[in-house]
Formats: sequence, structure tokens, C-alpha cells
Amino acid sequence: MKTYTYTEKKDTRSGFGAGLAELGRTNPNVVALCADLIGSLKMDEFIKENPERFFQIGIAEANMMGIAAGLTIGGKIPFTGTFANFSTGRVYDQIRQSIAYSNKNVKICASHAGLTLGEDGATHQILEDIGLMKMLPGMTVINPCDYNQTKAATIAIAEFDGPVYLRFGRPSVPIFTPADQKFEIGKALQLTEGADVTIVATGHLVWEALEASKALYEKGISAEVIDIHTIKPLDAKAILDSVAKTRCIVTAEEHNILGGLGESVARVLATNNPTPQEFVGTKDTFGESGTPAQLMEKYQLNAQAIINACETVIKRK
Amino acid sequence: MANTTELQDLTTQVRRDILRMVHKVNSGHPGGSLGCAEFLVALYNEIMDRKDGFDMNGLNEDLFFLSNGHISPVFYSVLAHAGYFPVEELNTFRLINSRLQGHPTTHEGLPGVRIASGSLGQGMSVAIGAAQAKKLNGDNKLVYTLHGDGELQEGQNWEAIMYASAKKVDNLISTIDLNGQQIDGSTDTVLPMGSIEAKFLAFGWDVLTVEKGNDIDAILKGMSDAKALTGKGKPVCVLLKTVMGNGVDFMMYTHAWHGKAPSDEQLENALSQNPETLGDY
Repeated sequence: MKTYTYTEKKDTRSGFGAGLAELGRTNPNVVALCADLIGSLKMDEFIKENPERFFQIGIAEANMMGIAAGLTIGGKIPFTGTFANFSTGRVYDQIRQSIAYSNKNVKICASHAGLTLGEDGATHQILEDIGLMKMLPGMTVINPCDYNQTKAATIAIAEFDGPVYLRFGRPSVPIFTPADQKFEIGKALQLTEGADVTIVATGHLVWEALEASKALYEKGISAEVIDIHTIKPLDAKAILDSVAKTRCIVTAEEHNILGGLGESVARVLATNNPTPQEFVGTKDTFGESGTPAQLMEKYQLNAQAIINACETVIKRK
Repeated sequence: MANTTELQDLTTQVRRDILRMVHKVNSGHPGGSLGCAEFLVALYNEIMDRKDGFDMNGLNEDLFFLSNGHISPVFYSVLAHAGYFPVEELNTFRLINSRLQGHPTTHEGLPGVRIASGSLGQGMSVAIGAAQAKKLNGDNKLVYTLHGDGELQEGQNWEAIMYASAKKVDNLISTIDLNGQQIDGSTDTVLPMGSIEAKFLAFGWDVLTVEKGNDIDAILKGMSDAKALTGKGKPVCVLLKTVMGNGVDFMMYTHAWHGKAPSDEQLENALSQNPETLGDY
């Protein structure tokens, strides 16, 4: 079985900051906007190197989304930066009308998504953003898994013409994907090959899925782990090819099971190849204050939760 | 450059278009459309520096954003007469498979429209973005917007108004259609807003008022004055005092025709008050 190790942990938001800084050097049309969260979004380097291409909006996210839409008229490629909660739910109608329906080339970059934001608690821990954004026609939804992948995704979406929601997070997590990767929007990555169960994970849950697959291997269960960094458009072929072998699947995401990756996968399976599926995600609940590790355990979003789900779904075959 | 008589004739024709469009589909918003007919005719045919054809990026030409998208009938008629698409297409307003949606959109590819509007309060932010893109591009043309007065009840406007002056967006001229009416009644009964002029001034804008907002000459003078205020470090607000339903006696001075179409008899009456000038589509 292929195994993954890491030598360093870093936050995915720093991957965004590094990618944005590189874009600042390579693409003169890229501009950045922030609603009073420069440090949290790791946008300092871009701003230092390109002050004229940065717009500090203040605490006014609705205005930020509109200004971003307007900047595309004139050929700019705006990257907005704020927390995931304020990047989606707070400004849903602005995104819907001025960006998605108007098909504006805005990159909505959202940090501190999910429970791993930690101690700030449920007001800031959005667990509904993937659902909100994937329902918008024409919106691409990406949730990379580590620093390197987030950096590569940030660079890749500048080349893509159309609105994108890029979701990343606050805590330091293992870096296990290559630094020189080419990020392909909509292309799932098979991380391990397996025969007994498919684990489809996104964001921070990809590393947990790899940890789960190691433990399952010790128990004689061979798990195929797929990194779905792009939730929309979903790589249906990768999922269908895998379940053709394994005949059961577990989806894992730091998001409500209602409206998230799991439901997108379920639709693909229901219409193509009905397959037993278990969902690792929050169970229609808000979060709370705590350390990221405590929260991931309490809300069953860690490797152990994935192991349990795999054992359950295998019995349902 | 058109003279006042030509602009007046075009306005009369635009009024007929508005009335016939909303009558045909028994829906749409004639009141605010009629109130802004002179303004949009003057803007597109005299005030704005536009290029031939339509390019989304609009480099090196003045841009206009309609924030109160429900007055789409007047917007569509003025755009068609300005050459963005055939005037005959006004026949498709609000019909299935039309580019002339109930509220303006880029989604169906209608030339002349750069942003969807209809959900109120979003246009100024978009215009600010376009104005800042112009500055980045070294493009010294202007960005114009139009907003309803009731629309200012949406909070996003005040985020935008605060930002525009703070960031010295001085290539922006935002016009407020000050007709004092909204769907549920007068703005003073629904949600009194106090002095809009004082509010814009307090937020750091230059403000000027066009008392006769349905008079072509007054509009031309006011907008010329507004243009002269651009480039001086402040965004410019024009308070345009209009009469909702202007040009059709039974539609004037009331909010009743905000979103209601005339009957056959009412249409005939309204059209008789606005004889054909340039020919109906």
C-alpha cells in the first residue's frame, strides 16, 4: 500500500497567501481585496509587492463582492479574501446576482472554513458554505487539502475564466502533496489504491482519510483514498471507476452532511451505479468553541470516524 | 450631438416604447421608467462618451450601471435607440427565450448591459469596482450610475458610499432618482430617510441637485456641472428630482404605477398624450 508521510505542517491559508504572492509577480491583471483580515488571510506579501493592486475594503463584505464584480469590467481578475462565513452566507445575494448570474471572473477566497477555526465558536465556523456555493449555477467550488495544493489551486484559478469559490482553513495540517504539482480543476486524485472500500475526502479530511487507510490496512481492509479537491464540477468518472472495484464508499468533509460533497457523490451514484455510502461530516448541527482536535473528535470528523464509517459500509455491500 | 428638440422627441418615443412593452406582457415597471426617460435619453445621447458597438470591458469609454434594475423598460428602449440592439427586439420584453429579461442581465448576452440588477442596492459597489479598474488601466473616462431613492434603504449602498469617498473614487457620478415613491407608498411613509443630500455630504461626496429632473435642459446643465466636479478627489452625487410616471397624466404623482401595466383603454389614453415621433417598433 502506498503510504504518505510529512515533514512539515502548515496552514492551508498560507498556501493561499503564497499562491497569491506568486500571481502578483506573474499576472498583472490579478488584484486582491480584503475586508479587514489581511493577516488572517496571509495576504501581506502580495500587498507589500503590489500596493496599487490591493483594495482594503474595510468591514463591508457586501461592498467587497460588488467591487470585485466591477473590477472584472476592465479586465481585472479579483481575489477577495475574508473568512468563509463572511465570504458566503453573509453575502449570498451579492454573489448570486453580481457575480454568479452576471458571470464575473471573481475568485472568492475563503479562510477559516469549518470547525477547525476552533475557539471562536459557531458564529464563525461555517459548515454550510460548500452547499451554498455549489448550488449557484456556473460556480466552481474547490477545497484543497494541504499547503502545497492550496498554493497550486490559487495559481490555477487565475488561469480559469469564471467565478470560483476557493475554501481553505486556519490550522496547521500535514503537507503531503508535492510542491511542484500541477493543479487541474475538476480532476480527482487517487492517493491510494484499494479493493474493499472507496474513501472520497476533501480539504482537511484528506489527511484523516490517509491515516484511516493505514489503520484499516492493519486490519486487513484495503481502502482506495481519493482526494476530491474540486467539489464542483465533480469528477464523476473517478468516483464511478473506484466504486466499480470496491462496491462501497465513504465520503468525508468538514461540512454539514446536508448539501456537501457527500450529497454530490450520492447523486452521481444514485443516477449511475447505486452504491452503499456512509457520510462523515457534521450531522446538521452548529459547531462550538474548542481546539480543532477536540472539535474534530467530538463531531466525528477524524480518522477514527472514517474507519468506523468504512467498517459500517463494508457490511452493507 | 443632438439638440434639445431631438432629445425631447426621442424621450416621447421612449415613453411610447415603455408603455407598449409593459402593456403587451401585462407586467413590468412603468412608473419609475417614465420618470427617468429624460435622464437616460440625455445620458446616452449627450452626456456619456461612448464607443460604437459593445465590449464588456468598456475601456476608454464612459460606463453606466443601472442599480434599480426594475426600470428595465426605459433602459432597454434607450439602449435600443442608442444602437446596442435592434429596436424591434423590444417586442420580446419579458417573453420566454428573450434577451430582455424582466430585470437587466448579462446572462442572455444583451449588448449594453454589464451587470445584472434587480435585487436592489448592489449597483454602486459594482460601479466603484469598474471605476477603480479604470484608474488602474490609466483610463480617464467616467462611470455613471442610477439608483432609486427607496433603494437607498438597502445597507450595502452606505458601505459603498462610505468607501467611494474614503478611497477618492472621483471618476464616479451616481444619480439618485428622487421621486419620493416606493412600492408601499411614499418614501416618507414607508421609511423616512431624512435629508439624502445631508447624508451624502456627511459621507464626503460632492452633491448637486437637479430640481427639474424631467427637463432635458436642466438635466444637461446638471450633468455638465457634475462632470466638472469629477477628478477632484471626491465622488459626485446628483439628486435628480423626478416625477414618477412623468408624461402620462394619470400615472403621475403616485406610487400606484410602480409595477402595474395599463389596460387597453389606459394604454390608448397614455399613447394619445405622447404622439409618435420616431416611429413605433
